[in-house]
Amino acid sequence: MSARLTARDITLRYGDRVVSTRLDLDVPDGAFTAIVGPNACGKSTLLRALVRLLRPASGQVELDGREVGGYPAKALAKQLGFLPQDPLAPDDIKVRQLVGRGRFPHQSMLALWSAADEDAVTGAMEAAGVADLGDRPVQELSGGQRQRVWMAMVLAQETPYLLLDEPTSFLDITHQYQLLGLLAKLRDEGRTVIAVLHDINQACRFADHLVAMKDGRIVAEGDPTDVVDAALIKDVFDLPSIVVPDPVTDTPMVVPTLQGE
Amino acid sequence: MTALVPLVRGRIRVQRRTIILVAVLVALMLGLGLLGLCYGASWSSPGEVFAALSGADPSVVIQDWRLPRVLAALVFGAALGVAGAIFQNLTRNPMGSPDVIGLDAGAYSGALVALTVLSGTSAQLAVGSVAGGLVVAATIYLLSFDKGFSGLRLVVIGIAVNAMVTAVNSWIVLRAELEVAIAAVGWSAGSLNGVGWDDLGIPFTVIGVLLVVLATQAHAMHQASLGDAVASSTGVRLDRLRLLMVLVGVGCTATVTAVTGPIVFVALAAPQIGRRLAGAAGVPLLPAALTGAVLLQGADLIAQMLLAPVALPVGVVSTAIGGCYLIWLLTKEVRRA
Repeated sequence: MSARLTARDITLRYGDRVVSTRLDLDVPDGAFTAIVGPNACGKSTLLRALVRLLRPASGQVELDGREVGGYPAKALAKQLGFLPQDPLAPDDIKVRQLVGRGRFPHQSMLALWSAADEDAVTGAMEAAGVADLGDRPVQELSGGQRQRVWMAMVLAQETPYLLLDEPTSFLDITHQYQLLGLLAKLRDEGRTVIAVLHDINQACRFADHLVAMKDGRIVAEGDPTDVVDAALIKDVFDLPSIVVPDPVTDTPMVVPTLQGE
Repeated sequence: MTALVPLVRGRIRVQRRTIILVAVLVALMLGLGLLGLCYGASWSSPGEVFAALSGADPSVVIQDWRLPRVLAALVFGAALGVAGAIFQNLTRNPMGSPDVIGLDAGAYSGALVALTVLSGTSAQLAVGSVAGGLVVAATIYLLSFDKGFSGLRLVVIGIAVNAMVTAVNSWIVLRAELEVAIAAVGWSAGSLNGVGWDDLGIPFTVIGVLLVVLATQAHAMHQASLGDAVASSTGVRLDRLRLLMVLVGVGCTATVTAVTGPIVFVALAAPQIGRRLAGAAGVPLLPAALTGAVLLQGADLIAQMLLAPVALPVGVVSTAIGGCYLIWLLTKEVRRA
């Protein structure tokens, strides 16, 4: 397993609040990596460090052996696409304009908008299922539609890496599976996907590589079939459960045993 | 502008609307400018104005009195509109305008110090107001930076700082010698009365340079309106961008203040009016600049006509309109929050 994107011995903190100490992570190339864990366990923080939104207090995040902090801003943005949990849309922006903003790293002062940009935007909007929303103002859309528009923006960035922080929140169950299916397809086309996911069963079904976190530490890592069992779920989520094979994909499926009181 | 043309595909409506708006605003600017050249103690016909401008029939009144005043109103109005757009983009808040958060007042303090402590040459006034504006900007930024940058917090703190700096300004004027104090007070409302060619060379050059610097950053500035996370991860260097934007915004505000005193309202209203007229996303710069020029020239005409033959300071007119606008904006923002 090769890994172009790695975190080596990183300590992450916001001011005085330490989130993670001395983490190591190799993001497998061309795979779908899912990061799971309870709320506030440091999943999003780890993702932010990988895209250099948070500079590690110690240790390095490296892409192709070079520290991400050392890349020019646009060069890194052509490699790593990132979708935060609740991105901000400017007032009155139209869907197509917002998706077009994903082209920023490919543009310069002298070449503001090219045919390649146009094609990337059209393709991204089709892939994310928002092709028919082009002229709508983003603020008038439903939460789920907005989420897919942002997804289209990141796709328009055309990066080999996609880092997504809970991309399925706000989506109804159909659109959740459609989005995960899209991510799997992008992985099949050679992209590397890293997503923070809330639903452990979806993570097991779609991810090739699972990273389970608790209290800022990585507790378990590997193929979901190898790492997910009742003991891990008890340890990470403090939830009693049985783990059975998913009747559709044969991947692990967690069934909590908690019933009401 | 040529770089904008390919944008038209798929966005024809928005683009056409912006182009029409720009054309209308430019026409309005020229119209009000011409009116400004005609208007005065004695009315000159447009024919006389054109004759004077072309040199066919030279006129001291038109060329040396009215023309610099009109040009100052247009250029300074544009500079204030741009400064407003910059800070409204930075704070993501329609109230985040240099006149509301105290940058005008700070620039005026710097100018007052130059006037009372030093001899008050135009170079001292310019340097003083830029320094005053920067000190206030740094103060607000430091006070509002608490685990990250929040536009609303910056605006609220800025309003408080504005009140304090305004009080300091009154104190400086009270302590000054009578002659200086009279000059300072006459200037405190923000006025274009008596602006001549000698006052304009340096300010126009500085504003020109600042606008060129800003033009190179406009694309990144609009990208930054997507929020810090998306802006950074799509390749915007936020720290550098913010620093440049603050420098250009303070520079524009302070340069205008050094010549005219603090003129409020234009920076507050022009970007929002321009944005609504253009129907554009975020707070675009060009409509803000053109609307600012139209507003300031319009306000200056009203200031000259209202109690003619006495010319009011344009700041009196803009403050009166701006006060009403700010009350409306505040109630709207409070309802939204």
